[in-house]
Amino acid sequence: MIEFQNISKYYQIGEEEVHALDHVNLHVSKGEFVSIIGPSGSGKSTLMNIIGCLDLADEGIYILDDIPINEYSERELSKIRNQKIGFIFQSFNLISDLTAEENVELPLIYQGIPAKERKNKVREVLEKVDIYSRKNHLPNQLSGGQQQRVAIARAMVTNPSLYLADEPTGNLDSKTGAQIMKLFQELHAKGNTILLITHDESIAKQSKRMIRIQDGKLEEVKK
Amino acid sequence: MILQSFKMALKSIFSNKMRSFLTMLGIIIGVLSLVVLVSLVNGATGSITDSINSLGKDMLMVSISDDYNKPIKLDDLKEIRELDHVEDIAPIAQSSMTANSSTAEESVTIVATTSSLSDIQGINISSGRFLMSPDVDNHSNVAVISSDLATELFGRSFAVGETFSISGKTFNIIGIYEDNSTSSSLSNTNYKAYIPYTSYLRMVDGGSLNISSFYVSAKEEETEMAQTELENYLLNRFYSDEDAFSINSSSAIAEAMSSVTKTLSLLLGGIAGISLLVGGIGIMNIMLVSVTERTKEIGIRKAIGAGRGVILFQFLIESLMVSLLGCLIGIFLSWLMILIINIVKNVSYGINPVIVILSVLFSMGIGIIFGIYPANKAAKMKPIDALRFQ
Repeated sequence: MIEFQNISKYYQIGEEEVHALDHVNLHVSKGEFVSIIGPSGSGKSTLMNIIGCLDLADEGIYILDDIPINEYSERELSKIRNQKIGFIFQSFNLISDLTAEENVELPLIYQGIPAKERKNKVREVLEKVDIYSRKNHLPNQLSGGQQQRVAIARAMVTNPSLYLADEPTGNLDSKTGAQIMKLFQELHAKGNTILLITHDESIAKQSKRMIRIQDGKLEEVKK
Repeated sequence: MILQSFKMALKSIFSNKMRSFLTMLGIIIGVLSLVVLVSLVNGATGSITDSINSLGKDMLMVSISDDYNKPIKLDDLKEIRELDHVEDIAPIAQSSMTANSSTAEESVTIVATTSSLSDIQGINISSGRFLMSPDVDNHSNVAVISSDLATELFGRSFAVGETFSISGKTFNIIGIYEDNSTSSSLSNTNYKAYIPYTSYLRMVDGGSLNISSFYVSAKEEETEMAQTELENYLLNRFYSDEDAFSINSSSAIAEAMSSVTKTLSLLLGGIAGISLLVGGIGIMNIMLVSVTERTKEIGIRKAIGAGRGVILFQFLIESLMVSLLGCLIGIFLSWLMILIINIVKNVSYGINPVIVILSVLFSMGIGIIFGIYPANKAAKMKPIDALRFQ
């Protein structure tokens, strides 16, 4: 599913060169639920950006679903993001002047799917995350937990190979956080691959596999 | 996808109504001035052309300023008429006088001439007759007046046989003509009365028979040759002094007028075009602000799979819609304004369809040209940078 071979990423901060990722190797199989844990500045976000095809590595080879990513153009990368990856962000990242329904519909519009089929798919996922009754609400009319459920529905609607969640419970209270985690467990139970990035050990522990990131290096955590 | 882009553009325009309107204002004013100014110039040109045409088509107007003591008399006109390309000739003397009927008084332009003028200018007699040679030979006090003047003086247009007086002399009305240039703005306040040239000379002080102005009609399609012929004749007579006389042809006047009005519409159109251009810069400015404001949104869209083309298209459509909407509002306001001008000034100007199409195309061009830079800026954003933007 995900194959990192000697991936490195450097940033120039002032005079100093920072190794955000330092010759990292990683293998995630299909259907795994993996959390990546680390403090801020550890290279978490860089890892997530590269896995999510939002950024390219400086060195090494990244293979997603048997496709080597490095040599793709911006246009092809956006297509891969659209079809293979479902993003879930800490701050939900819904578009503020679109309703819940329209936000979920957006990835399907970019895929060029006809309107009627879109409506059906959107309804299906909104019902799955139990928010269909609020489909005509704008993001700011929804609570944090509800917004995150809309965001998860938006990720689900394209039926991606990989769910990539960046601190999905970071802006939520523990009770709503637990509800969101339950949704991830359900997705996992259905055989989806999930990669969850967090700094919260109690959240990370809910996954089957835990990887710690520190100073741009990965380390498997034994349970 | 295209439909979606239109929807999104509309949404964005209407979610910021005040800002969108102010942005459009530049385009609205530009289109308004373009359409109204050009339509007005066209309308004015039309009425000027009408009144020039009413002078007669193949007509030459000759006026003598220095006769070297060899003045042109009525008999000399007969000699000129014998020239190869000349069809007919009539002397002209005009002055403004007061005409009195038993009930009314009116200021009129007295046109003193001979019977030939009727053919040269194509005067349209509705009742009675025009001046004839015996009237001129006998110094008869007869007059041909316009139906409008007849209505003013006698309360009805059928006034053949009535009399009125000019400077104490009584004139019999022998004919009524229809003034077909009344609709034009140039001559509608002028009432005209045609009287025999000879009778006129007796009315003015020390009337000599010298003719200082006459109209010549050329044979069909021979206006230019007739003009050359006339020039040669007059040069010969006045010792080759080109400044002693001037010859104007009605078609030359019409040509000069149309070139003046063409220049005028180009000039006004150009000025209006500049204001459209300024409007376009306003659009670009606001689009740049909008792109910056929506950086985060662009990042989200890119993360969930919008390619460069989609983002570019979305912003380009938005700027195109702003300029097109502005253009439509501008055209509507122009239509309203011309309607009001027509009512207030009692004219019938129309909107020039060519300029409407032109302004739509121009606005679209402006929307696209000034939208490309901001749209491209949005499209080129890196998704990670855009997502991180707060």
